Amino acid sequence: MGTMFARGLKRKSAEDGEDVEGGLAGAQAMPSYSLQRQSLLDMSLVKLQLCHMLVEPNLCRSVLIANTVRQIQEEMAQDGTWRVVAPQAAGRAPLDRLVSTDILCRSVREQEGERPAPDAGDGHTPDLVPGLATVPSAQALRNPQSSLWEVDSSRENRGGFQKSLDQIFETLENKTSGSVEELFADVDSSYYDLDAVLTGMVGSTQSGHGSGLQAFSPATAAPPSSSCRSDLGELDHAVEILVET
Amino acid sequence: MPSHRMPSEADIISTVEFNHTGELLATGDKGGRVVIFQREPESKNAAHSQGEYDVYSTFQSHEPEFDYLKSLEIEEKINKIKWLPQQNAAHSLLSTNDKTIKLWKITERDKRPEGYNLKDEEGKLKDLSTVTSLQVPVLKPMDLMVEVSPRRVFANGHTYHINSISVNSDCETYMSADDLRINLWHLAITDRSFNIVDIKPANMEDLTEVITASEFHPHHCNLFVYSSSKGSLRLCDMRAAALCDKHSKLFEEPEDPSNRSFFSEIISSVSDVKFSHSGRYMLTRDYLTVKVWDLNMEARPIETYQVHDYLRSKLCSLYENDCIFDKFECAWNGSDSVIMTGAYNNFFRMFDRNTKRDVTLEASRESSKPRAVLKPRRVCVGGKRRRDDISVDSLDFTKKILHTAWHPAENIIAIAATNNLYIFQDKVNSEMH
Repeated sequence: MGTMFARGLKRKSAEDGEDVEGGLAGAQAMPSYSLQRQSLLDMSLVKLQLCHMLVEPNLCRSVLIANTVRQIQEEMAQDGTWRVVAPQAAGRAPLDRLVSTDILCRSVREQEGERPAPDAGDGHTPDLVPGLATVPSAQALRNPQSSLWEVDSSRENRGGFQKSLDQIFETLENKTSGSVEELFADVDSSYYDLDAVLTGMVGSTQSGHGSGLQAFSPATAAPPSSSCRSDLGELDHAVEILVET
Repeated sequence: MPSHRMPSEADIISTVEFNHTGELLATGDKGGRVVIFQREPESKNAAHSQGEYDVYSTFQSHEPEFDYLKSLEIEEKINKIKWLPQQNAAHSLLSTNDKTIKLWKITERDKRPEGYNLKDEEGKLKDLSTVTSLQVPVLKPMDLMVEVSPRRVFANGHTYHINSISVNSDCETYMSADDLRINLWHLAITDRSFNIVDIKPANMEDLTEVITASEFHPHHCNLFVYSSSKGSLRLCDMRAAALCDKHSKLFEEPEDPSNRSFFSEIISSVSDVKFSHSGRYMLTRDYLTVKVWDLNMEARPIETYQVHDYLRSKLCSLYENDCIFDKFECAWNGSDSVIMTGAYNNFFRMFDRNTKRDVTLEASRESSKPRAVLKPRRVCVGGKRRRDDISVDSLDFTKKILHTAWHPAENIIAIAATNNLYIFQDKVNSEMH
């Protein structure tokens, strides 16, 4: 199965010439806790979307992932990092690897020295790796007041890619063919190229919806597991059904 | 039993269950088939058949369906099989997929009537002019034929995916549990079921916890337990109320704050719960441990065993490739002294509750020739490495042993490794201790 770890990221900051937060400079710095946390959030949201599109979503898995997203959000809200940042240029090239999230596996004690202080100007942390950190936040919070957790019924707020978790659960419950079509109505079809998403080979162009997509497409560097393969098959099937209806 | 066909996904075994005597072993697979094995009686004459299991019957239990209202496929994969206690010559079992439970009756036919008056041996009507006398048909022996027939279909009881079924000790009722609800059925009545647990919130947006497994108490027909994705167990008494949303007892271990991470909740989710044969304890499996609970102590488990703690630092990768959501089962031996559960790399683990010793064994064709002794395996986590150790990084996470079963009385175990079934017997210590 190859290596189990999410591969550590060789920072592009070597080109940027900027210091990584915490004073770690150089091409092989371990990404900061904030970055890894953001990466985990992105990964979780992708997972929710994937299982949303599968034929029969596994409710237990969805609930566990959703709870993880909530936890991350709550922590980010406490840190003060959960706020809208002006979206970066949509054309920025995405990272080609998932940020190593080993730090997140460590216990709280180990992390204590690494967590950002609540009001430390964390606004600038996302700038260090703009393609990854800021764009998803911007996509998630079109409306500065709304959080991911409010029922968001207006189409305008729904964003091409991000759906609120509430909508996901509602749709899980009321899964008629009509609502399934609604779900996919404003999602770019290039998203269906899951191989690209999962293996991080972002060669294909992303559409306008895709500023969120660009950050998501290098979702994982690890090859898809066997469970992903069956997911892909089911996804193809789901797409077929939609196309025929 | 190794398959001689090319292995396909439909052959992946999804459940394994011994019947109450251990004479029969049923497996269900992803293709909706059930295969029943029967233990050959030990015979002094045939030295090779020392109580080994051979195929007894194979039948298609469930077919794929399509739910037109929701535009969703309903998988034919058999999630669980439970045997009914045997009440006559026939055997009965319940098998379930995500939505529908079926009661199957398995009968043997080893005689057939011969000498009908109106039909000839092939069943065609005789020319009446050739019939000159009457005869009484006689039963003659024939080759054993195992016949399986569906006796009941319990459909439309579940909106969500069924994860457990459990037959009550009263032998008249059984329960089925999905992610949010548990229903009680009478074995003879298919058009009605009683809802006894419902944790669906009024707003699905508020959903944070689901039911992961449930089981009836082996002796007290009014008691059952269900586990949740948050790591709690709820023991319910059906005499207390018709809707058992209020538990009689809540078993929950307080979280260790020093070990907390974003994955804490996921790894605390209970994937399986089993009462001990004595009825005094419960065994639970979560992602990294198995725990023994005393029904009289709700505050914490009385025993905790690490299955593969070396994965604790890899949780992020395991989350990424979805392995963290794998649902491992657990099993007691007949005397409740040893517990068993599966792991990755086709490893399975056994823990002796009395000696506190544990062992890791591997189910693979390479390491188990017939009648060979299984060699204990070891996973090394850095530091000194012995010759046959496997390093954590070379574990194969696609080879997972999710389903295991232990013979009710003897030291015989059934291990499902993807699409292969392994049956191991302890000839030296065949009696339980």
